[in-house]
Parts: sequence; structure tokens; C-alpha cells
Amino acid sequence: MAMSDTSTVTAARQRSARRRHGLLYLGLILLGLVAPFVAYPVFLMKILCFALFASAFNLLLGFAGLLSFGHAAFLATGAYITGFLLSTYPGLTPELGILAGTLGSVVLGLLFGLLAIRRQGIYFAMITLALAQMMFFLFIQSPFTGGEDGLHGVPRGELFGLFSLQSNLALYYFVFAVFVLGFALIQRTVHSPFGQVLKAIRENEPRAVSLGYDTDTYKLVAFVISAGLAGLAGATKTLVFQLASLGDAHWHMSGEVILMTLLGGVGTLLGPLVGSSLVIGLQHQLSQSPLGDWVSVILGSIFVLCVLSFRSGIIGELQKLVKRNFK
Amino acid sequence: MTTIFGIPLMVLFGQLLLGLINGAFYALLSLGLAVIFGLLKVINFAHGAQYMLGAFAALLGLEYLGLDYWLALLVVPLVVGALGILIERVLLRRIQHIDHLYGLLLTFGLALIFEGTLVNLFGVSGSSYPVPEALAGGFNLGFMFLPTYRAWVLVAALAVCLFTWFMIERTRLGAYLRAGTENPRLMQAFGVNVPLLVTLTYGFGVALAAFAGVLAAPIYPVSPTMGSSLLIVVFAVVVIGGMGSILGAILTGLAMGLIEGLTKVFYPEAANTVIFLVMIMVLMLRPAGLFGKEA
Repeated sequence: MAMSDTSTVTAARQRSARRRHGLLYLGLILLGLVAPFVAYPVFLMKILCFALFASAFNLLLGFAGLLSFGHAAFLATGAYITGFLLSTYPGLTPELGILAGTLGSVVLGLLFGLLAIRRQGIYFAMITLALAQMMFFLFIQSPFTGGEDGLHGVPRGELFGLFSLQSNLALYYFVFAVFVLGFALIQRTVHSPFGQVLKAIRENEPRAVSLGYDTDTYKLVAFVISAGLAGLAGATKTLVFQLASLGDAHWHMSGEVILMTLLGGVGTLLGPLVGSSLVIGLQHQLSQSPLGDWVSVILGSIFVLCVLSFRSGIIGELQKLVKRNFK
Repeated sequence: MTTIFGIPLMVLFGQLLLGLINGAFYALLSLGLAVIFGLLKVINFAHGAQYMLGAFAALLGLEYLGLDYWLALLVVPLVVGALGILIERVLLRRIQHIDHLYGLLLTFGLALIFEGTLVNLFGVSGSSYPVPEALAGGFNLGFMFLPTYRAWVLVAALAVCLFTWFMIERTRLGAYLRAGTENPRLMQAFGVNVPLLVTLTYGFGVALAAFAGVLAAPIYPVSPTMGSSLLIVVFAVVVIGGMGSILGAILTGLAMGLIEGLTKVFYPEAANTVIFLVMIMVLMLRPAGLFGKEA
């Protein structure tokens, strides 16, 4: 009798938690819908692209415990393929260009993943970094990337051949839709049985193996999903800024996405969203101030402070606070 | 002129020498990374920045203090090594008990800080450091011209590598270090001051990087970004060799330099990427690395 009581209580608590989450997401979507009337749409789109990028990265680090130091490669692959296709074939509609960029990153993610999951921990980070650096050199040398100059003037085109994306407002809603889809995919992945196994691998991989899970396959699939979504973010970003450049492929970019995730909260769904908004906002503010040249020093200092005394990140600390005071 | 596969022998030997010198730097840097990793289990992402600091300290010492090359070779590693000791005591020590990936992130942040600060103070374009007089000029070996300084770099780098190997494998202090790598708590129980050992090890690894920086100053442009791109290649070298063995790290470094030199002769387009390709092959065939012990 007592048992069924507790289980009803747990079920009720879960139901109310789900309702709270539902309300939270609904509120965020409403906020996203009205935001372009309050702030500059291009700035918001930049945040959305990087929030998707960081969320994709966080799927790997936060939920599978794999630290990839080479996610810039996927962002850049998506950006370059989409940019190249849209500028070369004027008839191509933007959603197909983005799809192609995303698929390119999926393929690259599969190749990188197969190699990188052969080692663990610190080696995994070094391997992904080295592979991404190799891609950086390939991008410099390939004819289709425009080398040091990058690709400029990528046309935004017409969505499905019907709706023009020329105006920033129209494009904003498209980017917002892409973000919501990407975020929903991550949310579903994390809460699915697949996501539970990923968390088990993160906590204790030998245990997961001994329970009969083929952990390599799980890690590989997570890696591919993460790479694909990072590519989607890059492809969308190309459409926003109408350019794809080497900056996307540089190891600084791989570091930045780690910082966004760490600052917002590793392993929380909303953390990367908060972290990327803060980092992009900070970069934006600094670029207009006399401190503009010190961006990388400031980002480096935030890195050090986060690691030393703020490892759960903003959302993580908030969650702790709520748990301590309201339960 | 003698040629081999249509390549003039002069060119081939010249590139092989350049490759060997690059390899000597890969060896010095991957050695430092391996020594630090052994005891701290942390990959020192600031290694490239510390190498760069070594080169800059030599340059600034010459410009403002009149510190000559030979003194710089001695003083700079001590100064930068002391900075390393400070970093270990103040920062790394606090995160020793948590996941070692945080050590990677912390040192990455430090690398950004060092590099960004120097970019602001000195700009990104490189300055050159004069070759010391005693080492100017070169020998004509008949089949190629060998600049004296480059010969010296090779000799000095190899000597320091072998000295490090000797220290670790053949002395009492090295035995403590190896034992600490295996089981630090047991060492502590035996009365060895392990925290001190850890601090000194990090300081020594950093000093090695700074020494490499001073050696590099007269042949590579001294710029704030000189360390970071080199470090990523060194990471690939470390993955290829595995960090289990000191001699392995040295040999892998030299071999990768040679392979890079050969690629520059026969297929220059791939010179930047060949080490990464070797890394991919090693990962497919022998994932633990050529000299690695565990997967």
C-alpha cells in the first residue's frame, strides 16, 4: 500500500515537472516570436545559430561525456557546402542548400566519429582537435571554399521557391523554426531510452558495457547527431550572414563553443542557449568598446574562472539553488 | 646534378634537414607534454603558449636587458618554469581531484590569455631574433649546405631529450616520478612529498617548452601565435606515439618531422596535413599508439 502511494506521488511529481517544462518552453517560444520586434534580428539570428551549435556540442559533452575539441570542423563544413551550392546553382532553394550542408557534416561526423571513439578522455579531445585542424588546412587549399577570402554574397533565395528570405524579419522566423526543430530533436534524444544509455555511458562506461550495451555504437550515433546539428547551425549561419569563412573552421571556434556550453551549464538543455547568448552578447559589446582587442583574453579568463569555481554553469547553479530551497 | 626520382639531391637533403629540425621541436614539446601527463594526468594546452613565451622572453631580454643568447638559454626556461610552478600551485592544484578534462579546459583558457595579451602588446606579425655570432655561417658538406645554427638546434634538442630520458629512467628522482605516475597515494604513504613532485614536474615540463622556444627564436619568426598551430601538430604526434614511453615520444617526434620534410619534396600540397593522415592510419591500425600501453 505504502509502495503504491509513493509511486502515485512520484508520478504526480513527474507530471507536474513535465507541465512546468512545457510552460517554460511555451514561454521561450513566445519570447522568440516577439524578440525581433525588440532587438536587431541579425543579432538574434546569430545567437540562435550559435545556440544550436552549442546545444549540439552539449549533446556530446553533457549527455555522453565526450569532449570534442573539433566541432568547428562541422560548423564550417555545413557553412561551406551550403554557401558553395547556393552561390553556384542559383536555382537551388535555400532549404535544399541547408539540407546538403547538414548531410555533409553528418558524413564528416561519421568519419571523425569512427576514428575518435577508438580512444577515450583526453585522447578523444586531442584527436578531434587534430582532425579539425586537418580540415582547416583542407579548406584553405580547396578551390571551392575561396581559400583565405571565403565565400561572399551567398544568396538567401526563396524558401521552397515561394517565400523570399531577403528581409531580415522573414529570415528570422525561418532561422527560429530551424532552431526549434534542432532543439526539439536534442530534447527528444536526451529524454529517450537512447539518451538514458548515453548518460549511463557518461557516468560509468565499463558498467554500461557489462550491462550488454554496445557503447561504441551509442557514442558514434551521438557523435553523428551532434555533428549534423552543428552543420545545420553552420549552414543556417551562412544564410544569415551570406558568407562562409575560415573563421568558422579555426580552433578558436571549437574553443568558443566549449566556453558557451560551460558558462551556461554542461548537461543542461537550456545552458547552451544562455551561454551562447551571453558570449555573443559580450563579444558584441566588447567589439564596440575600447576593450575590443582584449576579447580573447577576456574569454580565456572566463574559461579559467568557470573551471575553477563555476563548473555547473549558470543553469546548473540555478537548478541547484531551486533544489535546495524548494524541496 | 645528381637527382633521385627526378628531385635534385640538394633539395631532398635540404628538406630532410628542415624536417629533422621540425622533428626535434616536436620531440621536445611532446616530451614535455608526456612528462606532465604522466604525473598530473592533465594535457597541458598552454604548452604552445609557454613555448611562445620562451621565444618572446629571449627576444625581449635581448632587446631591453642585453641578455645574450647563451644566458637566455639558461635563464628563460627557469623564469618560464617558475611561472609554470605558480600556475600549478595557484590553479591546477585546485582541480586535481576532479575530472582531468577540466585541466585541459583550464590550460586552454590560460593559452588564450597569454596569446591574446601578447597579440595586443606586440601585434601578430613576427619579429626575428638574430642568430648568435658563434653559430653564424655554416658548413659545405659537398651534397648540401648545413647552417651551423641548425646543426646546433639538432644537437641541443637531442641532448636535452636524452638528458630528460636519463633523468627519468636512470636516477632516483626519476624513479620517484615513475612510481608517482603508477600510484601517487602509495608514494605519499612511503613519505615522498608527492605534491612537491607534481609541482616540480609541471615546472620542468613548462621549462622544456620554454627552452624549445629559445632554440626556435633564431629560425622561426617570433610571433604570439607561433605556439598554437605547432601545438596541435604536437597533439597529433602524441596520439601517434602514445604517451607511455619517453623514448617513444622522442622517436615519434623526429620521425614525423622527417615524414613532413619528405612530403614537402614529393607532394608539397599535403605537407600541412600529412601528420594528421599518419595519425588517422595509426588510429585505424593500432589505436593505442605506436608506443602506447593501454587503449
